[in-house]
Amino acid sequence: MNHSNASDLGRDFALEEPAAPKRTRLQEFWRLFKKNRLAIFGLAIFILFFCSALIGLVLTSGQNPVFDPALIRLQEKLLPPLTRPNLASLQPDETPAFGIYLFGTDDLGRDVFARMLQGAWVSLTVGFVAVGISVLIGIFMGGIAGYFGQHYIRLDHLLCLALLTAGVGLMATGRPYAGIVMVIAVVFGLFLLRSAKSLPGSGLLKKNTISIDTLIMRFVDIMLCFPSFFLILTVVALLPASIYNIMIVIGLTSWMGATRFVRAEFLSLRELDFVSAARALGLGNFRIIFRHMMPNAVAPVLVSATIGIASAILTEAGLSFLGFGVPPPHATWGNILSDGKRFIFDAPWLTFIPGFAILVVVLSFNLFGEGLRDVMNPKLRERQ
Amino acid sequence: MLSFIGRSLVQKLITLFFVSIVSFMIIHLAPGEPSQVDPLNPKFTPEMVERFRQAFHLDEPLYTQYLYFYRDLFAGKTISWKDNQPALKKIWERFMNSLPLFIVGTILTWTISFPVGIRSAIARGRLYDRSATFLSYLLISIPGFFFAYILIIFVVEQFQVPVIGMETFGAGGTSWLQMMMDRTWHLLLPSLLGATGGIAILSRYVRSQMLEVEGQDYVRTAKHALRNALLPFVTMFGMILPGLIGGSVIIESIFSWPGMGRMAYEAILARDYPVILTINFVSAVLVLAGTFISDMLYMVVDPRIRL
Repeated sequence: MNHSNASDLGRDFALEEPAAPKRTRLQEFWRLFKKNRLAIFGLAIFILFFCSALIGLVLTSGQNPVFDPALIRLQEKLLPPLTRPNLASLQPDETPAFGIYLFGTDDLGRDVFARMLQGAWVSLTVGFVAVGISVLIGIFMGGIAGYFGQHYIRLDHLLCLALLTAGVGLMATGRPYAGIVMVIAVVFGLFLLRSAKSLPGSGLLKKNTISIDTLIMRFVDIMLCFPSFFLILTVVALLPASIYNIMIVIGLTSWMGATRFVRAEFLSLRELDFVSAARALGLGNFRIIFRHMMPNAVAPVLVSATIGIASAILTEAGLSFLGFGVPPPHATWGNILSDGKRFIFDAPWLTFIPGFAILVVVLSFNLFGEGLRDVMNPKLRERQ
Repeated sequence: MLSFIGRSLVQKLITLFFVSIVSFMIIHLAPGEPSQVDPLNPKFTPEMVERFRQAFHLDEPLYTQYLYFYRDLFAGKTISWKDNQPALKKIWERFMNSLPLFIVGTILTWTISFPVGIRSAIARGRLYDRSATFLSYLLISIPGFFFAYILIIFVVEQFQVPVIGMETFGAGGTSWLQMMMDRTWHLLLPSLLGATGGIAILSRYVRSQMLEVEGQDYVRTAKHALRNALLPFVTMFGMILPGLIGGSVIIESIFSWPGMGRMAYEAILARDYPVILTINFVSAVLVLAGTFISDMLYMVVDPRIRL
């Protein structure tokens, strides 16, 4: 967490300078983190996974990739791992790299190692993009709820919003003139309300209905009522199959936790002195939010995001397993496994290699995330 | 106290209303229509599609469809598009099938995770604690379907018992004892799989709760200790009910268990909108009932809330 803003302000006011800590924040952090051996293990696997996904992307894409995940060799199907290819039956450009099937071949004779490399990148992007979307929404919603939460939405706001929606809806459904009239009426109405303060009935229109905080948190409650995997499955099944839809749907259905975190952080931060000081200096709301409060609020969100990536990878694998995952040209660990389950007794490696890969990667994300959480938890820090 | 109950109830009802709107919009705004599921099917002539659309009010504006749908739901008249069976009856049958899985799973979760959590809190930092920690991370991280296959292979090869389905096909004629054993074997694996995540999370939770409470002074007056340690578990209790549907889709599909999760999956495959929406609604009711119960329990355990 970052208190440099507070110390900047302290210098401006020529208050006495706080004694500098002996170690920087990062060194202290690393010292505590190193003690957690499981977390270090998680970090190592995480880095390894990241590198292999990047290398995999380079080696499996392009016109003439080193590892071709899509190359079908029917005469070489279902070979166990570490078999050498039968060179007599292959064209020269069909031989696998290094002259060996590291992870064997599947039922179409495709090189499982190449497919796993390609799948690593897909899993990584699904995890990161989905969690990125959910964290962005969470920060936005949670920030608004925490910072502007006590403001009330008035009846005239609701009225304007309803009219605007209706106008846009009319325009979209092919009645542009009615829509434009509606939108102009909204603008005109706003103008009228602003200028004429003592308009009859304006008291009623200015009535408070619901606070922004209540609105957003009730929306979070509503979203939490849906069984998440079932919701994701429904939406993914209804939409056309594509890798982007899966990322977006997972992101759109998992932002509730981040929203709650950010809101709670903001509610406690906004009472602290450095925020009051910033406000007293006349800084704008957005500067206070993004320069001063956000850096202090995101740490717990990022920790939960690490664990969120793990669960997004698991969700994608589950979707692929049920046949609603990333569509065929891409190999993912989930659909290698789900294709391989038909051959579980003849070719167990088709199930066990992707299964263990998912297990190890998800485990590493979880261990790393929990390690981070422990280090940031002040209660545990005092004990050590 | 009555006002607290009333307020909580009203809030839950409002939430339920909005859940019904959101789920309806999600289903109906997604591209594609149920009448387009199988355009190559010769039975789906344009007249047929038109009659279908009229019978299910698909040609009317969305809000009318919404009203029709929930009127039918509350009157218990919603029927599945797939087989014209009443949706609520279908769900109830499947629910009764899922219930044993759920009960056994819950019992497993609570009976395993409490002793493990308490013991690792006592042995904090020692081998037992560390291996329990690692094991619980392992159980959270393992993909359910992968774990299911490992367990199936293990059980089938070691004990030579069939585990897929609710009972072995054609086992009806054998003795009562054998049938019970057969049912138990079929029940055990899926409920164990359903419980793995719960066991891992709850045992960690029990451990941290023990460590937290242990250090505090008031624990010496033991009467208060129990109550305060109970609070988080009250929350957990509210989260049990929704677990009935959420995680069971994959497990029930693997084990061909004719429960609610599997029916949800089949309904999605068939684009059976009434059934999908009804399941969604029922599960939202379960979630809200769970939180309502935990609100009430909170009120009993923690008198400060009764304001």
